[in-house]
Amino acid sequence: MTALSDFMRRPEAGSVLSLIAVIAFFVIFGGANIGNFLGAASWVNLAANLGIVAIPMGMLMIAGELDISIGAMIPAGSMTVAILSGYYELPILVGMAGALGLGVVVGLVNGILTVRTSVPSLIITLGTLVAMQGIVLSASVLLTGNASVALTAPVWTKAIFGQLIGGSYQIIILWWLAMTVVFVVIMHHTRYGNWIFAMGGDKVSARNAGIPTDRMTIFLFVLSAVAASFVGMCGAILFNSAQVSGGMNYIFNAVVSVVVGGVLLTGGFGSVWGIFFGTLTFAVVNQGIYFTQLDRNWSSLIIGVMLLAAVLVNNRFRAFALTASRKKPA
Amino acid sequence: MTQPVLELRNVNKSFGPIDVLHDINLTVKAGEVLCLLGDNGAGKSTLIKTLAGVHKPTTGEIWMDGEQVSFEKPKDAADRGIATVHQFGGTFPLMSIGRSFFVGVEPVKKIGPFKIFDRKTANETAVKAVQEFGITRIDDGDRLIGGLSGGERQSLAIARAVHFGARVLILDEPTAALGVKQSSHVLRIILEARKRGLAVIFITHQVTHAMAVGDHFAVLIRGAVAANFMRGEKTREEITDLMAGGEALASLDTELEGYMETHEGHPPQPVA
Ligand SMILES: Nc1ncnc2c1ncn2[C@@H]1O[C@H](COP(=O)(O)OP(=O)(O)OP(=O)(O)O)[C@@H](O)[C@H]1O
Ligand SMILES: [Mg+2]
Repeated sequence: MTALSDFMRRPEAGSVLSLIAVIAFFVIFGGANIGNFLGAASWVNLAANLGIVAIPMGMLMIAGELDISIGAMIPAGSMTVAILSGYYELPILVGMAGALGLGVVVGLVNGILTVRTSVPSLIITLGTLVAMQGIVLSASVLLTGNASVALTAPVWTKAIFGQLIGGSYQIIILWWLAMTVVFVVIMHHTRYGNWIFAMGGDKVSARNAGIPTDRMTIFLFVLSAVAASFVGMCGAILFNSAQVSGGMNYIFNAVVSVVVGGVLLTGGFGSVWGIFFGTLTFAVVNQGIYFTQLDRNWSSLIIGVMLLAAVLVNNRFRAFALTASRKKPA
Repeated sequence: MTQPVLELRNVNKSFGPIDVLHDINLTVKAGEVLCLLGDNGAGKSTLIKTLAGVHKPTTGEIWMDGEQVSFEKPKDAADRGIATVHQFGGTFPLMSIGRSFFVGVEPVKKIGPFKIFDRKTANETAVKAVQEFGITRIDDGDRLIGGLSGGERQSLAIARAVHFGARVLILDEPTAALGVKQSSHVLRIILEARKRGLAVIFITHQVTHAMAVGDHFAVLIRGAVAANFMRGEKTREEITDLMAGGEALASLDTELEGYMETHEGHPPQPVA
């Protein structure tokens, strides 16, 4: 009983239940073969790529900010490594440093503009999103005369960033799992995590309490942009090519994952485990439909309904977390 | 002992062309509750924000322990031991008691090369600090601040300020949103803070609350100190009149209290 109520007080409770609910839905109504489905790589690959951008996005949201420029940073990361190391045949380390360095630069721009102006970060990153799309497309056409660039990465690089384990599981899954563990520790078991929650609760009070809110905000934006270009970079290394398009879906998908994961859109509440399970839930719905007799167009409907249901459930649970107290046996 | 903890000398504050505070002279001593009274818009909040480092005085001096001080930001005032508790107490409703108690000064324990947030110590310390103030109903440091009652939140915020060594406690209308029972909790905690030797600056619109805990009263009327007196020097009626801006309103006192009860403690809006 206490275990159950303790569970329900946690920010990730709703996302765990969502995950169970969608799997049950596919098995019961879609006639999905659970064995086939669980063994399939497609949804795990999707979850890993999405999860790496969803974790920083969720942390930003907990801190009360939003970064949608990731939609441009994913192709920017893949194009940068492909242009530098593919088209110009520079060493792969240069290409990778270029891709991640671009993430640092764009993250700094987002972060510094956010703390220096009173413009909401949604608008600022909308600006950098559109600007980066333009820059990536123009630079690609200008430098290579093409909107798609081939890249042949050395064997060691492929092994670390772009191999398929067992023929179908992308190595990025391991990066995602490692990242999840690292950020669970940082968010929930270090003082820095506490600062991020405090910033999302009330930025002015957090600053008055001595938290370096500006530096933390800038750091989170850099983390987000670097994570996005990392996903793009790994994609280019895996598929041996990069395109200027793609990436816009990630904005919407990451927001859904984070919100289903129990992060409060207005900040101050959420958990990294919640984001993890929210991402898994999204990936299961997005890919699970292919394992059923249902028409794939239904998956958008399911995602929409699930998003609303998850938000309602998360609100209920948050209200419960606010009122519930662990009663000591008298 | 007789040296004031905090002293204002000829403090003026204007926002552009608007003069809000005029030549304020006030002293607060350790172990003393100063009630700051005055009508809406009299400048009470502006005065305490000046003390808390939110605003800088336009002219005039602030002295602490016989030494002139100047606060560039709220952190500077906090570092000197001036703690402000806002009307709704904790400002992080979705954080746990233990976590919000230690925001910015989190206890950590070393695990190998890592510094891990020590949740157990944080929770125990926070719960102990607030229980020492007599709020024994708070016994679980994992509870969220937003789930506490208004009085409990105020109490926790005051306990936190005392725990971190505040010497001047500033309370801006802490009882405004509270019912009778919750208010009496907060008033008891103000007395407990005074007993521990803190200087308390207490803003309220309720004469009863002021009379219950005040040692020293200052009445602001249109930004100037209109009266400055010690406990017992004026009657309840005189204080009520002063609070209403010097008009004879004592007979309205009961009516006013009734209004405030039905409007959750909000006094009628001033007609601008
Ligand atoms: N930042 C500001 N800029 C301009 N005017 C201000 C500012 N802050 C306060 N004032 C003005 O100063 C006057 C005093 O306001 P203040 O909030 O200090 O009153 P108060 O005594 O706390 O009133 P209440 O009892 O309603 O809380 C008001 O007329 C207000 O409009
Ligand atoms: Mg005020």
